[in-house]
Amino acid sequence: MPTITIREALNEAIREELARDDKVFIMGEEVAAYDGAYKVTRGLLKEFGPRRVIDTPITELGFAGLGVGAAMVGLRPIVEFMTFNFSILATDQIINSAAKMLYMSGGQFKIPIVFRGPGGSAIQVSSQHSQAIESWYTHFPGLKVVMPSTPADAKGLLKSAIRDDDPVVFIEQERMYGNKGEVPDDPDFTIPLGVADVKREGKDVTIVARSLMVPVALKAAEQLEEQGVSCEVIDPRTIRPLDIDTIIESVKKTNRVVVAEESHPICGVNAEISMQIMERAFDYLDAPIKRVSGADVPMPYAKNLENLTIPDVNKLVAAVREVAYLD
Amino acid sequence: MCFLCLFVAKLSVAYNPSFQTQPMSKQTAAPPSRAGADEQSSTGVIDAPEQVDRKQLAREREEVKERQKDRFTGLNHEQLIGLYRQMQLIRRFEEKSMEAYVAGKIGGFCHVYIGQEAVAVGAISAIRKDDYVIASYREHGHALAKGMSARSIMAELFGKATGCSKGKGGSMHMFDKGLNFLGGHGIVGGQIPLATGAAFASMYQNKDQVTLCFFGEAAVNQGAFHESLNMAQLWKLPCIYICENNQYGMGTSLARAMSLRDIAQKGCAYDMASEFVDGMDVLAVREAVLRAVERGRKESLPTLLEVRTYRFMGHSMSDPGNYRTRAEIEKYQERDPIKLFSASLIEEKVIDEKGLEEINKQIHEEVEDAFRFADESPYPETKELYTDVYANPIDPSRNRNQ
Repeated sequence: MPTITIREALNEAIREELARDDKVFIMGEEVAAYDGAYKVTRGLLKEFGPRRVIDTPITELGFAGLGVGAAMVGLRPIVEFMTFNFSILATDQIINSAAKMLYMSGGQFKIPIVFRGPGGSAIQVSSQHSQAIESWYTHFPGLKVVMPSTPADAKGLLKSAIRDDDPVVFIEQERMYGNKGEVPDDPDFTIPLGVADVKREGKDVTIVARSLMVPVALKAAEQLEEQGVSCEVIDPRTIRPLDIDTIIESVKKTNRVVVAEESHPICGVNAEISMQIMERAFDYLDAPIKRVSGADVPMPYAKNLENLTIPDVNKLVAAVREVAYLD
Repeated sequence: MCFLCLFVAKLSVAYNPSFQTQPMSKQTAAPPSRAGADEQSSTGVIDAPEQVDRKQLAREREEVKERQKDRFTGLNHEQLIGLYRQMQLIRRFEEKSMEAYVAGKIGGFCHVYIGQEAVAVGAISAIRKDDYVIASYREHGHALAKGMSARSIMAELFGKATGCSKGKGGSMHMFDKGLNFLGGHGIVGGQIPLATGAAFASMYQNKDQVTLCFFGEAAVNQGAFHESLNMAQLWKLPCIYICENNQYGMGTSLARAMSLRDIAQKGCAYDMASEFVDGMDVLAVREAVLRAVERGRKESLPTLLEVRTYRFMGHSMSDPGNYRTRAEIEKYQERDPIKLFSASLIEEKVIDEKGLEEINKQIHEEVEDAFRFADESPYPETKELYTDVYANPIDPSRNRNQ
């Protein structure tokens, strides 16, 4: 299997799906002539032309809604947000139109659309350009929300998202675009939505992590192994719908859980996962669930303060030791 | 009209460079019924006339009727009567829905279309069956004009399983995929980008369909309107934006909400063809939309139409109506689009009183039948609560075993 970056894996997924289905097109700011603000769409304009790869004005509400309208009548748009920070301008169309159209039309109008782009923390760009807002979208029935952490997951899940008949919010991580990994080059390779992946097997503590927190959790698990603690790392990959069964199976084995995320703690996905574990596996828990989230502040610019807001290996190690009653 | 308003209007013209440099160059036809400063100022409560000058109104009505009769050319009797029939069906349907609302059979919001019938009927008469129509939450009339049955709409209002959206949408969310009716939408202006997307799909697939997008004048103040018009002209999308200017956004008059109240003029900001249309004349609307449709089909270009109309009822069924005068409402009722058109039909001997009565009787029966059907239909089964959330529902345990 070739080893490629997440950026290249996403590019392959989009390229293959553009080639596979003429109803698929990609639009967004700088996706065409500029080759993508983060180069995810590099070369696509040259290969598929301006009909399929479309530069938009900076008009997020407008082009998100245009995508939903096109999906109503049978196209399969991929709408790129340069970052998910800018999707906030388009939330009316994502939530009030895309998520609810099938339901409020009594099942008549499906919306096969992917809203994708980088989300989560970025490096030293302060409060408006560095935040994890997945819990917003995860809140709404009608949407599916995907957050890949490896090149193979990125490719397989994005292909599934493009082929899915429902609106999918696909949140990449800006800081992970250069991460490398093995990816099958089979054009039929896909990963089904809604299935968690056990990124590392272990027996003492379960760490549930997504996106940027997956490599952080894996590093923490390595350190903890040296300290005699065996960690199982589970990446839900799709957070709506959530594969809670896989998490529960792990909890029944380890009896101890740390949930990790970049986003703010209040009403976050960690809170939801913790609650579902409590509902489903309370009797299996040997310690209270420990939640590790981003600091409950807007993202600061100063490097030292920024470092304090995003969970790191040390914080995760400390959390695992706490639920294992080691300190 | 007060002198202060006249002064302000003149001032705004003098200081608005677009008036000087872009004098409606994209207008496709002379705006014969442009209301101008006079009618614009009358939209505010303060400027509304206290007294109705019935003689003056009668004179105006005669003038409008003569213009309407000049537009009969090219339409056969069946077509003309069909337009009357649709407008009257909407009027009676809405009256019945108000009755049902008061009786507690319809819940939530109910925005009726009475007074504006000529807009939906005239516009939709100008398109093909495979063209798309999308509208706001005041969409019962558009749904009927697009060919949806009174039964399916009334049943939806009643929240019944037989409704067009299976009782899940209600008054603001009528849909019919088979008829390319893309729904009623509840967020002011939210349907405008969706319409632009439907038109984009026609362009993308090289089809000659057009999309009619209906919205009220209050939606013009939303970003969605401006973002959409910009993209539509930039990318040459065959979308016809029909602003139904009924002069009130809920209880706020146009004068209190919009700095440049000449909405057709806003097309200039996007280099888009635009036109001002008398929305109380069903044939004026039809003709304007026909011109826009031709532009859409042949050149794949959008059009902005400002259609001046008036809603005779409140914003919704809970509207206190204290923001406009009785005299103002009466003034517009003199221009009732159905009364005007039926008078024209009779004077031109397209049909006589007896013929109209026969149609009215049929419509009465159709609406009563819709009411009975809705009333007798079952509510959705409780299992429907969780259906239609996803087109591809995912069962993680099933997928994991794949």
